[in-house]
Amino acid sequence: MSDTSTVTDQIRVLVAKPGLDGHDRGAKIVARALRDAGMEVIYTGIRQTPDMIAEAALQEDVHVVALSVLSGAHLELFPRVVNACRERGITPENTLFLGGGIIPDEDADTLKETGFSAVFGPGAHTGDIAEYVRAHVPELDRS
Amino acid sequence: MTTETAPSSDTQLSGRLAELEQRLLAKDRRALARVLSWVESGDQRGRDMLRALYPRSGRARTIGLTGSPGAGKSTVTNELAKAFRQRGQSVGIVAIDPSSPYTMGAILGDRVRMTELYSDSDVFIRSLASRGALGGLSAATQDVVHVLDAYGKDVILIETVGAGQDEVDIAGAAQTTILVNTPNMGDEVQTLKAGIMEIADVLAVNKSDLPGADRMVSALKALLSLNPDRGWDPPVVRVVATQGEGTEKLVDACDAHFEELQSSGRLEVAEIERARQQITALARANVLNQLHTADGEERLTMLANEVASRASDPHSAAAAWLAGS
Repeated sequence: MSDTSTVTDQIRVLVAKPGLDGHDRGAKIVARALRDAGMEVIYTGIRQTPDMIAEAALQEDVHVVALSVLSGAHLELFPRVVNACRERGITPENTLFLGGGIIPDEDADTLKETGFSAVFGPGAHTGDIAEYVRAHVPELDRS
Repeated sequence: MTTETAPSSDTQLSGRLAELEQRLLAKDRRALARVLSWVESGDQRGRDMLRALYPRSGRARTIGLTGSPGAGKSTVTNELAKAFRQRGQSVGIVAIDPSSPYTMGAILGDRVRMTELYSDSDVFIRSLASRGALGGLSAATQDVVHVLDAYGKDVILIETVGAGQDEVDIAGAAQTTILVNTPNMGDEVQTLKAGIMEIADVLAVNKSDLPGADRMVSALKALLSLNPDRGWDPPVVRVVATQGEGTEKLVDACDAHFEELQSSGRLEVAEIERARQQITALARANVLNQLHTADGEERLTMLANEVASRASDPHSAAAAWLAGS
């Protein structure tokens, strides 16, 4: 039985794939890596609409929304998820938004302007993603 | 999150809590989600909130679903939720998946089977990690159910972790327990064993379009015919959850069980028993927390060394630890 002090600080992450591409290998690898880093990962599967993702983020009260798109539609889909979240009071001030996929640097900059705090492309180390989450979750306004 | 553990002044806290309570009672789902987080993590604000909300709970019907990993609990839960929504009842779902015993991390994947419920604002799904509890639920499951109940959910479905033989806590946590079986789960000896087979109020045979379903149904019925009379004969319902087949019969079976609980007066008895179990569990956790202080850990290490070197025995050491010596 674990002691309560560790579970009080349990980080909850939503891993979701918006859009129609079914390539969920990356999302599953990241989900597994965050699990192994001691986080609770809510995995919703493929083909999610922005509203479905935002609704799951709301109900699960997650610290992190991590999105993966491999079809190239990230500039279209990622900001729509952020907007659907904002409509529900889930904002970059109280939730970390992370993007993953085959995303060129200039697109990553655009995404950061829309509320994403980090974008992880091919070659990113899963350990770095966990490290990033752990470092930045305490900065969120969770009041 | 960690910044909030610093104590704030009482008036400030009660003011904010009161506001959040009002939002929750006004059906603000974000307020509900945050309160559930506090309750789940054992935060003092969660306890304060639960104390305020508890008198409003006790109205929801609670149905537990248990069964082996992959038996189809999430898919059956999804089907039941849709059926209750068609009747105009609001639904809360509490879905529990296991935490890693090594890292305390978890993959909570029950939502994958419930995506068609997302667009319905009268369904609220919360995934919980077991966080070290061994009975198929998490320590906070009951409190999460109380809050969803106070919020106004008509029906609360509680899905356990994939359960094997001995994870029977759900029987005490829900009014009606459904055991989800599948064809070809083993020979008849499995159905004779004690434990999870005994706690079912309703038995579902999911994936009953697969070969072996008939044999499973008759094995279960044979088992049940040997049960002592408990005032209720658990029905066996064939289901193909992915096709929506058998859902209505399953709901009917749950209704029949609930009506029996009401008419026999066992509903009140079970509620007292549930409360007794929760009080016991909380008291046990409190005692353990009091023992696991820095000083207590030190004494535990000392006692463990004594037991390992045979200078003491486990029972004497436990008594000494409890006695604070």
